[in-house]
Amino acid sequence: MQLEILKTYKLYIGGAFPRTESGRFYKLENNKKEVIANMCLSSRKDFRNAVVAARKAVEGWSGRAAFNRGQILYRIAEMLEGRKMQFIEELILQGATKANAEKEVRQAIDRCVYYSGWCDKYQPLFGSINPVATSHFNFSVPEPTGVVSVLADENSSLLGLVSVIMPIIVGGNTCVVLASETKPLCSITFAEVLATSDLPGGVVNILTGNSKELHTHFASHMDVNAVVYCRENVEEAKAIAELSSLNVKRSFFWQKDWTKTEHENPYLIMDLQEIKTTWHPIENIGVSGAKY
Amino acid sequence: MNKSWISPTIDQVGVEERVTRFNTRSVKKESKMQGMLLALNMIDLTTLEGKDTAGKVKQMCYKAMHLADDIEGLPTVAAVCVYPNHVKTAKKALQGSNVKIASVATAFPSGNSSRKIKLEDVKIAVTNGADEVDMVISRGEFLAGNYNFVFDEIAAIKEACGPARLKVILETGELSTLDNVRKASDIAIYAGADFIKTSTGKIQPAATMPVTLVMLQAIKDYYDESGIMIGMKPAGGISTSKQALQYLVMLYETLGEKWMTNEWFRFGASSLANDILLQLGKEKYGVYYSGDYISKD
Repeated sequence: MQLEILKTYKLYIGGAFPRTESGRFYKLENNKKEVIANMCLSSRKDFRNAVVAARKAVEGWSGRAAFNRGQILYRIAEMLEGRKMQFIEELILQGATKANAEKEVRQAIDRCVYYSGWCDKYQPLFGSINPVATSHFNFSVPEPTGVVSVLADENSSLLGLVSVIMPIIVGGNTCVVLASETKPLCSITFAEVLATSDLPGGVVNILTGNSKELHTHFASHMDVNAVVYCRENVEEAKAIAELSSLNVKRSFFWQKDWTKTEHENPYLIMDLQEIKTTWHPIENIGVSGAKY
Repeated sequence: MNKSWISPTIDQVGVEERVTRFNTRSVKKESKMQGMLLALNMIDLTTLEGKDTAGKVKQMCYKAMHLADDIEGLPTVAAVCVYPNHVKTAKKALQGSNVKIASVATAFPSGNSSRKIKLEDVKIAVTNGADEVDMVISRGEFLAGNYNFVFDEIAAIKEACGPARLKVILETGELSTLDNVRKASDIAIYAGADFIKTSTGKIQPAATMPVTLVMLQAIKDYYDESGIMIGMKPAGGISTSKQALQYLVMLYETLGEKWMTNEWFRFGASSLANDILLQLGKEKYGVYYSGDYISKD
C-alpha cells in the first residue's frame, strides 16, 4: 500500500508560495473533530510583505490592455474547470454535501467567466463624454483604485473568495485577501489555479489566519487604497470603518449571499474604481460647430 | 619579501557561513531605530544616470537635507554622489548644510580611458568643489595581472585629489573571485585610498555581503598593521533597511565601534533612504506607512 501524501498548505504572496514568516500554524478540523490540515497562521508581517508585492504589481496589471486582462481571467476559469474534482473534494472535506460542493464549484467557474467578459466593457459603459460650455473635449473614465485588502467571507470556502477577488482585479486593482479561517483549503488551491493562469505574481495575494488578529492592519495600512470586509462581525466592521479614515481609504462591506447571481454585477467592479475626468482643449470642428 | 605584502587567499565557504550568521542577529525596537538613523546618516544619496539634469540634482540635494520633514529628529544623509559636471549645481544647492559632495570620476563607470583624461576628470570634479572623489580601477589591467599599473594609477589619482578624500571602486562584480577582491582591496589601500568601495552600481552583482566582508577584513588587517583607518562603502543593491542593518552588524563585528560613523562607512544607494523612511514613518504613526507620503527623488 502506498502512503498518502498530504498537502502542505502555504501562503500565496507575490506569485510564490512561502510559509508564514512567523512560523505559526493552526490545526484545521473537520466536523468529526479530526485534524485535516495544518494551516499557516499569518502574521501582520506576512500582510505587510503581501502589500509590498501587491503594490509592485499594480503598475503592470493596470497597464495591461483590458482585453488581455479578460483573457487571463477567462484562463482562470479554464484552470478551475480542470481542477474541479480537487475543489469538490476539499469542499466535502470541509463539511459540504457532494451536491452543494459541485454546485459551488460550478458557480465559481461561471463567476470567473462572467467577470472576464467585463474587463473591456465596464469602462465604455461607465465612462462618459460630458457636455461642457467651453471648447474642450471632456470625458470621464473609471480607473483602478490601487491595492485592495479583503477579508473574505468566513462561511464560503471557494465561491465567497472568487466572488470578491474577480470584481477587484477586473478593474486593474491588485489585492491581499484573508481567506476564511474555518474553511481555508480552497483558497490556497485557488492560488495554485491563479499561479498557472498567466496572472502576474502579486496581483492576488492570499493569506490564511485569524481575522481578529489581522483586521486592524488590513484597515490601517497606509499603502492600501481600499478595504473590503465580507464578514458579519460588527465590531470588526466598525474598527475597519474607523481605521480606514487614516489615509481616506475606501471601505466597503460586502456581506452577501454569494450563491445568488444578483451579487455578480458590474457595480462591485465600480466600487473599486475612481473616476478621472479629463479636459482636452479642442478647436471648433464640423459644420454644426460641435465642440468635440 | 615582507609577508604582509602578499594578499591572503580567501575561504569562500567560510565567508558565506560567517555572513549567514550575521544575518541571524535579531535587531529590534530601540536598537533597530538607532541602527536605521545611523544608516540614514551613512547614505551617499546617488544619481548616476545618463539622463541626469540640473533639476534632478537640485531635487536630490534638497532631499539629502530634508529627508522627511514630518518626522522629527532625522539626520541628513552623509553625501550626494553625482557626475563631475553636476558638482557645481550640487555645491550651490547644498550650501550651508553638512552634506558632502562626492563625485565619480576617472571615466566612470568603465574606467577605460587614458591616464591623462582620468586625471583631468578628477581635477574638474575637485575644482568644482567635490569633497570626495569616487574613482574606478582599471579592471581590465587588473585581470590581466598588471597590478603595478593599477597601483600607480590609484596613486596618481590620489595625488590629483588634493584635499578631497578618495574612494576607490573595485567593481567587484567584474573581479570574479573573492581572492581578486582581496587583492584589489590591498592594492587600493596601499596605493592611498581613503575609502574602498564595492561597485559602480552599473554591473550586477553590485554590493554583496560576502564581498563586503572580505573588504572589511582587508581594512582590518591594514589597520592592525599600520594603525591607519580606511573607510568602506558598499554600493548598489542595498535597498531595504533590513539589509542595511545586516551590513551594520557585519561592520560592528568586523571593525568595531570606531567605524560606526559616516566618516568611515557609507552606503551608496538611491532607494535605501525611502525604505528606511517607511519604517520610521511606521514608528511615528503606529501604522504601516506608504511611499505616497515620501518624496520619490
